Amino acid sequence: MTSAGQLDAIFFALSDSTRRAILARLAEGETSVGELAAPFDMSQPAISKHLKVLERAGLVTVGQDAQRRPRRLEPEPLAAATEWIERYRAMWEGNFQQLDALLDELQGIREGAEPGAMVRDHDDQGER
Amino acid sequence: MSTKQQAAEVTLPSDREVEVTRSFRAPRALVWDAYTRPELLKRWLGAVPGWSMPVCEMDVREGGSFRWGWRSDEGGTEFGFHGEFLEVRAPELLRNTETFDPGDMGGSMGDSPAHITLRLDESGGVTTMISRIKYASAQDRDAAMATGMTDGMEVSYQHLDRLLPELAASGASA
Repeated sequence: MTSAGQLDAIFFALSDSTRRAILARLAEGETSVGELAAPFDMSQPAISKHLKVLERAGLVTVGQDAQRRPRRLEPEPLAAATEWIERYRAMWEGNFQQLDALLDELQGIREGAEPGAMVRDHDDQGER
Repeated sequence: MSTKQQAAEVTLPSDREVEVTRSFRAPRALVWDAYTRPELLKRWLGAVPGWSMPVCEMDVREGGSFRWGWRSDEGGTEFGFHGEFLEVRAPELLRNTETFDPGDMGGSMGDSPAHITLRLDESGGVTTMISRIKYASAQDRDAAMATGMTDGMEVSYQHLDRLLPELAASGASA
């Protein structure tokens, strides 16, 4: 289970558009720093700074080749971050489904219901 | 026509912000009411089985304050939020601060208030709500999201579990 600290590092890493673009490039395949820098029109030291942030978050690791030191994208941290956001989203969606039911009731579309109860559609609503 | 709405979307615009977007098939004025009138707000915000909202005070004007409190039916655990309204432009914009009151539930969202901007836009009978919440730090933002999801998660999945078979059975289309 991803710790709070790890999530902080992941979200910080993802909060920069250049770093997100680096991840998109690495998603196509592992690359050396030199090969990474060219399309960004950035110096290698500048790219390396971004890579350090990504590595600290576990999003990027360094491959075996001692000379090329290719950077590769690790999928687990991104998946953990996505799942984490999804749970928060599901919490809000639960609230909004209650709001949908209330708004329908206020517009005379649906019979009233107890707060927190799942509203059931007994009638066939058909086209409105 | 299905009453199923487009599901909520969550984005992280910066390391200390969350943005929640959702559309509703209702006029903007009605959605504004649902967000600002206590008797309506308590019908949906945190309205989950096993919890009530005994405190819902809203003085919706610039400089006015609000206070929300929830209580569990079993054990009487309490928590809530309070804050101040900074900008009120009915029915399109509401800005306020928000501070978490952990009560006896625990959890934390940091010591500084969050800053919330709610925008409502209406087009073709559909109101789009965009709520941007800005925290004082990245840690506060992540702590707030973690606290929110931990307690709401089980219930919201229950909602979805119950809703999907009903939609399938009634033949409602997406």
